[in-house]
Amino acid sequence: MSTRQRFSLLLPLSGFLLVFFVAPLVWLLSLAVREAEVPRALPRTLAVLQTWQPGQALPPKVFPDLAQDLVEARAASTLADAARRLNYEVGGVRSSLMRAAREVGSAVPDTVFGAEFFNAVDPALASPEFFAAVQRARGPVSSYYLLAAFDLARNAKGEIERVSEANRIYIDVLMRTLGISLSVTLLCLLLGFPVAMLLTQVTAKTADWLMILVLLPFWTSLLVRTAAWVVVLQREGMVNTLLMHLGVISEPLTLIYNRTGVLIAMTHVLLPFMILPLYGVLKGIPPHYMRAATSLGAPPVVAFFRVYLPMAAPAIMAGSLMVFILAMGYYITPALVGGGSDQMLSYFVATYTTDTGNWGLASALGLMMLVTTLALYAVAHKLSGGRALSMG
Amino acid sequence: MKPIKFPWKPLYWFLCACVLVFLLAPIAAIIPLSFSSGSFLTYPLPGLSLRWYQEVLGGGKWLTALGNSLFVGAFATMLSVLLGTLASLGLMRNKAWWSEALKLVALSPMIVPVILIAVASYFFLAPLSLTSTYLGLIIAHTVIAVPFVVVPVLTALELLDPNLARAAAACGAVPRVTFMRVTLPSIMPAMASGALFAFAASFDDVVIALLIAGPDQRTLPREMFSGLRDSMTPALTAVATIMIVFSTTLFLLMQMLQRRTRKAMKPA
Repeated sequence: MSTRQRFSLLLPLSGFLLVFFVAPLVWLLSLAVREAEVPRALPRTLAVLQTWQPGQALPPKVFPDLAQDLVEARAASTLADAARRLNYEVGGVRSSLMRAAREVGSAVPDTVFGAEFFNAVDPALASPEFFAAVQRARGPVSSYYLLAAFDLARNAKGEIERVSEANRIYIDVLMRTLGISLSVTLLCLLLGFPVAMLLTQVTAKTADWLMILVLLPFWTSLLVRTAAWVVVLQREGMVNTLLMHLGVISEPLTLIYNRTGVLIAMTHVLLPFMILPLYGVLKGIPPHYMRAATSLGAPPVVAFFRVYLPMAAPAIMAGSLMVFILAMGYYITPALVGGGSDQMLSYFVATYTTDTGNWGLASALGLMMLVTTLALYAVAHKLSGGRALSMG
Repeated sequence: MKPIKFPWKPLYWFLCACVLVFLLAPIAAIIPLSFSSGSFLTYPLPGLSLRWYQEVLGGGKWLTALGNSLFVGAFATMLSVLLGTLASLGLMRNKAWWSEALKLVALSPMIVPVILIAVASYFFLAPLSLTSTYLGLIIAHTVIAVPFVVVPVLTALELLDPNLARAAAACGAVPRVTFMRVTLPSIMPAMASGALFAFAASFDDVVIALLIAGPDQRTLPREMFSGLRDSMTPALTAVATIMIVFSTTLFLLMQMLQRRTRKAMKPA
């Protein structure tokens, strides 16, 4: 086949993915470093601040220019976005800026828009901290959102420091995401390994049947499986009824809308993703190795740990990494069976996109997620000899 | 020296049985509830009835949602099979760097967290006025479905004996005829299983539908998500049962296809 023929075959998909996948993703991630709102709304103010350094006295011209920017930005509807952006750094200025814009617009002619004017609206608007924040958001790029994703911020002097205790959220969310993913991975390994091993020990026909039992839930919709767990784990659900009948507990346990529910449901969904690749590798381990080890005098447990497990290790790592990667991106299951403190990174990406409109932060958190995912995937890919993506 | 015989083997079997029960029991448990005549989601059932199926299939949002899911799934499947198969033909047996790079891009929607694909599509489709449209949903679903076509079709193409095409050419077949009568029939099962996977990927998606679908494009999983957020009702168990029947059918079709592929590969 000529290269030209290849190109023409590849063109439709490449074009499609470039336009609808690669470009949108790059654009989304670029939002993590872009600063567009403030330069668009307050160009004059930024021009005056160009030579100003935090610590110096504010140039008096900055106030009338700010006044003019505010009026024009309000007319062009670019003020709200800029006010929201500045509000992230200087709490409360959002409404003050909107109010200032209104008051400038309705001021009697010949009003002097100096420091006193803004001081009267809100002292924060005349403060050096506010103008330092404006300057930091001058764009075209800044590290604000990336720092924020790690609970860091620049202070008025431009040094990086941790945000106040009450505002530290994202390190916690990141650790929670990693923690839940790790727990789910370990649970899947614990439950999946014996089953994968069993599949290699039974006859081909039995293995086929057992495989169907593993694959059937794999094909069942995620929503159906989550709904099933809601029914089973709820207060009057089957698990609680059964345990109370058996006299194990006297009060129903809270098994859902908390971490327990998230771990159970996610392990259930991801277990086949562990069993399938494990089985693929384990069935390639010749059974006579174990027999040889036993005939040389190794007790079965020793033979298992010294002969079988080392050969299975790359598969265990690759399968675990795959489950971990998938778990990291989970959104639906924690949203439906978790509580408020069980939400993972995906949830915050979604919320900042749709509800609060903090796209920069959504993007920075997304970037954090993507980098971790791709790095782990590269490791899994290497470990499995390039077969990490096979579907069993 | 004989150690005390501990029943390891039965214990191991029991453990494996427990795992399989864990996998299947919750799904099985939801089915009988959908035939309950009462409105509580607990056993024992007060009696049997089809009232929840009547409610679900009697029209309204569930039927619309099912229609949407099938419509979007069918188009996303067709588009991804077309694009994925063409690209696989271009990718096969090519070790050039650009080919490897493109393969990586084509497979990456499987790895990239779906929320990022959803948010990126949302930002990108909104200025084009494609959010809250069928077209937008079909495009985004095609992105996540394409790798499921490329993986099996590319594998089948690489396993295909190149001598077959040479033999066809030696017998006087022009490339187009060779493709239509030798290559295409051999990769047909792989294309079909890719299509099933692609459909399942679209049919199962909630995250993209949450961000991109408007009130008119709500798919079945999207509608279920709202239902579950709201409160769990027996009507939802009826929907879940319908979806279980649906996915089991897809799964059995898949099994048949794979068996056929294995048979076809055997003489080679």
